[in-house]
Amino acid sequence: MTDDNPLLNKAIRDFLAEAEEIVEQLGSELADLADSADKGDINPDLLNSIFRGAHSLKGLAGMFGFSSVAELSHNMENLLDRLRLGKLKLDAEVIAVLFESHDVLLSLVRGLSEGTNDVAEEKISLCAARINACLDEQTRSAASPPLLEKLGLSEQVMKSLTEYEEHRLLENLSKGKHIYRVHATFDLATFDQELATISDAIKTCGEIISTLPCISSNLETNIDFDILAGSTQAFQEFSQVIRHDNATLTLLNDDGKTPAATAANAGDSVGSVSGGQKTTDIPSSQSMHPPVPDSPAAAPVSAKSISRTVRVDIGKLDELMNIVGELVLAHSSIAALVQRLRNERFSQMSVELGKSAKVLERKLTDLQKGVMDIRMIPVGQLYEKMSRIVRTISREQGKKVELRFYGADTELDKLIVEDISDPMMHIIRNAIDHGIESPEKRLAAGKDEKGVIRISSYQKGNHVVIEVEDDGGGIDIEKVKDRAQQRGLVQNPGAVSDKEALEFIFLPGFSTTDQVSEVSGRGVGMDVVRNNIAAISGMVDIETTKGLGTRFVITLPITLAIIKSLIISCAGRTYALPVTSVLESLILTGNDIKTVERREVIQLREHTLPLLRLEDFLCLNRPTDRPGEFYAVVVGVAEKRLGIVVDELLGQQDIVIKSLGEGFRRFPGIAGAADLGDQRTILVLDVGGMISDTMRSGS
Amino acid sequence: MNRKTILITDDSTALRTMLVSIIESLGDFRIVEAANGFEALRLLPREQVDLIFTDINMPDINGLELISYLRNNPNYRHIPVVILSTEGSQSDIEKGRSLGANEYIVKPFNSADLKNIIHKYLD
Repeated sequence: MTDDNPLLNKAIRDFLAEAEEIVEQLGSELADLADSADKGDINPDLLNSIFRGAHSLKGLAGMFGFSSVAELSHNMENLLDRLRLGKLKLDAEVIAVLFESHDVLLSLVRGLSEGTNDVAEEKISLCAARINACLDEQTRSAASPPLLEKLGLSEQVMKSLTEYEEHRLLENLSKGKHIYRVHATFDLATFDQELATISDAIKTCGEIISTLPCISSNLETNIDFDILAGSTQAFQEFSQVIRHDNATLTLLNDDGKTPAATAANAGDSVGSVSGGQKTTDIPSSQSMHPPVPDSPAAAPVSAKSISRTVRVDIGKLDELMNIVGELVLAHSSIAALVQRLRNERFSQMSVELGKSAKVLERKLTDLQKGVMDIRMIPVGQLYEKMSRIVRTISREQGKKVELRFYGADTELDKLIVEDISDPMMHIIRNAIDHGIESPEKRLAAGKDEKGVIRISSYQKGNHVVIEVEDDGGGIDIEKVKDRAQQRGLVQNPGAVSDKEALEFIFLPGFSTTDQVSEVSGRGVGMDVVRNNIAAISGMVDIETTKGLGTRFVITLPITLAIIKSLIISCAGRTYALPVTSVLESLILTGNDIKTVERREVIQLREHTLPLLRLEDFLCLNRPTDRPGEFYAVVVGVAEKRLGIVVDELLGQQDIVIKSLGEGFRRFPGIAGAADLGDQRTILVLDVGGMISDTMRSGS
Repeated sequence: MNRKTILITDDSTALRTMLVSIIESLGDFRIVEAANGFEALRLLPREQVDLIFTDINMPDINGLELISYLRNNPNYRHIPVVILSTEGSQSDIEKGRSLGANEYIVKPFNSADLKNIIHKYLD
């Protein structure tokens, strides 16, 4: 299977990406497993997920002929299978073996990606030997108690349970949990969302053992599900949790008594085995983490990596960035002291201090740039994922779509790249689902039957712009206006400009399609896309031409970590505005302001600039009268401009934006908080959010 | 045109791509892909599927549950189902067979294995 087939080559690339993803996930899940084992509370879903990772990798590596990876993951899978089926106890030795095997697996997979192969065969066989030793020592027969018969499950249900699900069912029973069957009827078009709602509800108070789809009385429109769940909750409480119109709840082990075999290992959901077999219990004080090797020979293999790269946890970079941020702040206060010294009394000392502070500043700038560079990754890393999605969806939809990438090497902060991934996926889904027409329609319209989605990214000043452009049918603006009128958003659609009408698309729950589609109509709308982009201080704009296509323009800051900001004050309070979005500032008096359509504007050269009074936007109480002379800071993101009216401009300063936490995440117009270095904490304004908010309320 | 449609249900993109590349080399088929049981259930009412390949170990709805549904639903009862399995999953394969799966193939399989199956059910 090694012919020169491009699809096959792509499959191999997919395999390498997927294998690396699986191994990385295995690593973090193993760490979680070790942590939870330390606490004596092992989550069966976590263990099963680790098993599935090893299982998938085994199957994949086998298919692609990478026998070392297949062999090692096969051995790990064996071990994990025993663990998840409760046939083996998870002790410190087992965890150490898993970690070691994972290390070797990681080196193997990286070696495949980098085309190197420096993992010795002995290591693989050593892992295998250690795994086998674990298996030998603790293998025991799993007597299947006749508990299951009491449940009265149909043969169909019993047959559909995998060995693992059967084990989970027994495990729940032996823990004395109630076993419930939730039978629910859903609409075929929306069943996955409805099922997810019920599943999430069940997971809050129990474990889902299996989800069996069954035929509904109305085959063409409905689908039924039988969900088996284990929970400690009594019937009444459990039924409160489930509340769904078309769901019925049955308690299967309704004898009121707790089933037998609960005594041993009550705290350990995975390793418990009935009977008096020997188990190697670990004292709770003993850590489940593998011992740290202290000889240099045992250092991780990746240190020898030929590619001379180091993989670093982004958390460490965040920490470093934070420290750099604090240093920058510390420097700012030294610089302020120097200035004060100079103002008070000119002395040789203050000059020397000023010089040193300058050197410090230069080196700090280098350091800051250096750390920032480490965080930068090419946008192209996202593209791989995108092509997978496009392939799947276009196949599903029977459309022909070609994805073209431009500017893959444009760099962005890793966190921004991560956060932009979902909104971009959504936009691309939309483009295929609603934008690109079917091949027949395209041919009829005189277009190539294959649609093209162009994703291009480039740097523009302090921002990176990502454009997603399709050559589909475009957005039907008349339809948007009609829908807006139906929803009572506008009285007279004729008076709404096309640009304003496009803004409606970003409103929650706004959709022009009459039918919810499988692809993009999953309850996530463009409002979420815009919010997610705004959360990383970005903006999204649409341009569309009927019949020719739609273009989404996403403008993002290069980094979120340290920004230069303009410190302003309004109504006695101090705020920071990111300088990257500030275009200019103007001195105004009351006479400069005109009112057009009940909105305050000024004439700025040949344009009319809408104004936003910060005090109104933030609902501030003004203790004193407005000053006669004040400032307008002209801000702009993408093509949009706004004048923010403030009392005073206090100067420029580097700040480190700190998040306000989940609770304030959706607060429009506030990007976070920052420390000014003199023990004062101020709010940082989110220009993108303020602009969209103003535009929205204006139209 | 009388192209046959094959549904592949597997949570691995790489494996699906691999299967697609092999199946495409075997003849002119329409291939639809599902990354899990849910996607398969959503696709089935819209597609005239002639043959289904499904993995067993998938999150949410596993392959056995999918087979059970297919065999109980008069609309899909006739569609041949092939289990994509890995070695060592004997008990799951047996359950799948007893639920009505027509065949199983064990990864790593090769194009000859697939060719036999496709000819058997689609010729």
